[in-house]
Amino acid sequence: MTTSPEELHDVRLHVNGSVHEVRVPARRLLSDALRHDCGLTGTHVGCEHGVCGACTILVDGKPMRSCLMLAVSAVDAEITTVEGLTEDDGTPQGRLSPVQQAFSDCHGLQCGFCTPGFLTTITAGLAENPDPTEDEAREMIAGNLCRCTGYQNIVKSVLRAAELGKGEE
Amino acid sequence: MTTKLFGTKVPRVEDQRFLRGQGRYVDDLLTDDPRLLHAAVLRSPHAHARIVDIDVSDVLDLDGVVAVWTWEDLTGPMAEPLPLLIPHPTLTHGRTQYALAREEVNYVGEAIAFVVAVDRYVAEDAVARIRVDYEYLEPVVGIDAARAAERTVHDDVPDNVGARMEQENGDARAAIAAAPHTLTLELDIERSACTPMEGRGTVARWDPDTSRLTVWSSTQTSTGVRGCVAAKLGLDLARVDVITPDVGGGFGVKVVHPWPEELLVPLAAKTLGRPVKYTEDRREHFISSAHERAQQHHVEVGFDDEGRVLGLNVEFWHDHGAYTPYGLIVPIITSTQLLGPYKPQNYRVVFESLYTNTVIVTPYRGAGRPQGCFVMERTMDAIAAYLGKDRTEVRSTNFIQPDEFPYEHGLIFQDGRELTYDSGDYPASLAKLKELVGWDEFEEFRAEMAAQGRRVGIGLACYVEGTGVGPYEGAHVHIETSGKVKVATGLTTQGQGHQTAFAQIVADTLGVRFEDVEVTTGDTRKMPYAVGTFASRAAVMSGSAIHLAALRAKEKALRIAAEALEASEEDLEIADGVVSVKGTDASIDLGTVAVLSNPLRYAFDEASKAATQFSVGDPGKPPVAEDDEPGLEGKDFYSPPRSTFANGMHAVIVETDPDTAEIRILKYAVVHDCGHLINPMIVEGQIHGGVAQGVGGALYERMAYDESGQLLNASFMDFLMPYVTEVPTSIDIDHLETPSPLNPLGIKGAGEAGVIPSAAVFAAAIEDAEGFPITAMPISPSELFELRLAHADDTTEATTRSTP
Repeated sequence: MTTSPEELHDVRLHVNGSVHEVRVPARRLLSDALRHDCGLTGTHVGCEHGVCGACTILVDGKPMRSCLMLAVSAVDAEITTVEGLTEDDGTPQGRLSPVQQAFSDCHGLQCGFCTPGFLTTITAGLAENPDPTEDEAREMIAGNLCRCTGYQNIVKSVLRAAELGKGEE
Repeated sequence: MTTKLFGTKVPRVEDQRFLRGQGRYVDDLLTDDPRLLHAAVLRSPHAHARIVDIDVSDVLDLDGVVAVWTWEDLTGPMAEPLPLLIPHPTLTHGRTQYALAREEVNYVGEAIAFVVAVDRYVAEDAVARIRVDYEYLEPVVGIDAARAAERTVHDDVPDNVGARMEQENGDARAAIAAAPHTLTLELDIERSACTPMEGRGTVARWDPDTSRLTVWSSTQTSTGVRGCVAAKLGLDLARVDVITPDVGGGFGVKVVHPWPEELLVPLAAKTLGRPVKYTEDRREHFISSAHERAQQHHVEVGFDDEGRVLGLNVEFWHDHGAYTPYGLIVPIITSTQLLGPYKPQNYRVVFESLYTNTVIVTPYRGAGRPQGCFVMERTMDAIAAYLGKDRTEVRSTNFIQPDEFPYEHGLIFQDGRELTYDSGDYPASLAKLKELVGWDEFEEFRAEMAAQGRRVGIGLACYVEGTGVGPYEGAHVHIETSGKVKVATGLTTQGQGHQTAFAQIVADTLGVRFEDVEVTTGDTRKMPYAVGTFASRAAVMSGSAIHLAALRAKEKALRIAAEALEASEEDLEIADGVVSVKGTDASIDLGTVAVLSNPLRYAFDEASKAATQFSVGDPGKPPVAEDDEPGLEGKDFYSPPRSTFANGMHAVIVETDPDTAEIRILKYAVVHDCGHLINPMIVEGQIHGGVAQGVGGALYERMAYDESGQLLNASFMDFLMPYVTEVPTSIDIDHLETPSPLNPLGIKGAGEAGVIPSAAVFAAAIEDAEGFPITAMPISPSELFELRLAHADDTTEATTRSTP
């Protein structure tokens, strides 16, 4: 039995303010397209069934599981990955955003694998609720799995990020 | 003098790359290499079957498929069973699987065929087209079935017993027979697993220009992988480099090696002349990596009126799954570490390690200790209940006292050495714990809650953990002419912050700026002699080796600087990377000392001119002295006589819902003694993470195998790993620092501690809340509800306890 090659689609992805033209089959997951076609490997894949949240990205500012989206369905969307969270301070690296800085301050990460999904989730969460209570902070991250930290320091990071965010205003 | 960094909460250097999405995990590698190929594995859908035929004819025509391997295609050492990594004389029936199954499969998930294609999607398409004819065999699932041995996993292991091991100190059975009181307990623990967020993964590239193989693997032992790859592929060790990039968690499972894919990926890369990547998906991690924990224990204990244990006799059955690649490490640890901080006068332990048609069992954080702790602490609680004594009092009666160290148990530990505790202060730890959790005020709290119709319970559990097992680790410290310090140690990192903690040690030891120290782990090109990261050993082993290597570099720096400054070495000090003569302005940068350490013929920059032949050295002597070598480096190894024993105690207050049997954590307290802390922030992070895993193991996580050996919950939807909503909102932690006399820094391991007492401490607290014995863990609300019904039916009989 022979098969013909899969049909490929030209897809234009808008990621972190840049345009990525990729040619992918219809079934290609957005997570794979970001990682393997755009080379943005900061988005991690932990379960590929939408439970762990490691692959969370922002689609038009809303947190979405990129493993549950197809690349072809992300055309026209403004995508932000972890690589796009840093803030421009004139240096090539950029400055850590309040959420990123808070994770460093509070030891909110260990192996770093789930971290990108937490950072994007919290970035969106704080945009919606810039001054969360501890319970609200917990609620904000209740859909993401971490196996290293036990979450206590991630909750602290959310509150610290809110504090840092206020300082900037 | 430079500020001392050892013992301070230095922020982690790793965080910068992780927070920016610039970590490099194994699946991130070579993504821009258009020649990269991807692998997928056909896995057995049956727990036990003979392979009659494998037909791959539909696969090769599939567009994008490059190659497919089955066992028939393997030759030489690759066609032999995988290595049995840790043999033991009592492992009389050790068995390991093949890289690809030969004739028989023994668990759902066992690798059968390996497909390489242009991308993972196509590789998976191809896997789906392979046709295998199986002759189905009845599987052996669970410890009861293995013990019954009506069926066997391996034809040549007639009773499913891979090993039977017995150790005894004194005469436990005689002591129990003569004891004033005796109790018998039957205790069970179910399967769970490490479940790191990143699964297994391997990338390999064969370079035909240099005839070298480079392998990147998400492993806890790069040197172990290197040895196996070289042996299996028939390559000289010098032709194989193994690099461990950033690793998304390990918790034990990644110390197993070589995984079939860890050999097949390099084989494919070398055969095809193209780089190959294999990245495990989540279901594969559940069904084809490793699990742990499942054991059944039968305990007999004899004690006096004070609760002093006079004799303890433990028989247990350990489910090791379908194969024994990691030997008997887990049950040996259970059988020895069960003793905790106590000194039963007479102790006998016997275990049988059993085959079942399920995923292999290898160390998971705690590695057999959680089971041992559960058994010992349940026994202590049972003694206290029987005598009507406070549970802390019975423990105190049995503690090894601070003046009894080193304490010899008269048993052999997992490293083949005597089980001898080096230091600790258990009474002090218990006093701290009681204070921290409010032990003495609890009855008041219970009454208060009862008045509101709420049901609460308190439990505690103590453990001792042998950490920092040998044989050794090494380190290389190189001071470059820029003054920057490059450090290499061979063990690997999975999120413990080694780059930070080890740099702290180097900065202190050498007297250089923390920012100038860069640490590399797990790269066999930089440190080919290493063992790996497991058994809470990294800080103890590599931390000590790095300290010793830095001392050697410092010694040399002082010698050269003394000559340059025309001063005596004793008058020199090093701070912030500058060697100076105490009390004077005379000084020299370490970078310049590095220049002087390497006599040059050719200058490559301004600084190096100082080391050229017309500038430096005594023309009457060889430029490099006979007993010296060029360069400002230090290399050393640390190899301890035996493990160092950390310890700790946890207490928890739980609330159980009178109607729904939901179990809530109201307070969690930890007293922890891992000797001197290098970085308290990192140690506390380790405790937090361990406690969360412990909560998972005690209340939520289990491997739900059905009778045909299918794992029913092999996804994150069904395997209930704790989210933030399941863990304690805060953990009260207090440290005791009893230094280890066995290493130069006085440190003990901390990585596994948080998870060890969880099953024990939750069982104790739930039992205290409910008033009937908890003898099996994990426990769900449904199970607690069933237990309530059973005990309501029969309130007079405590079924698991008997009196003499």
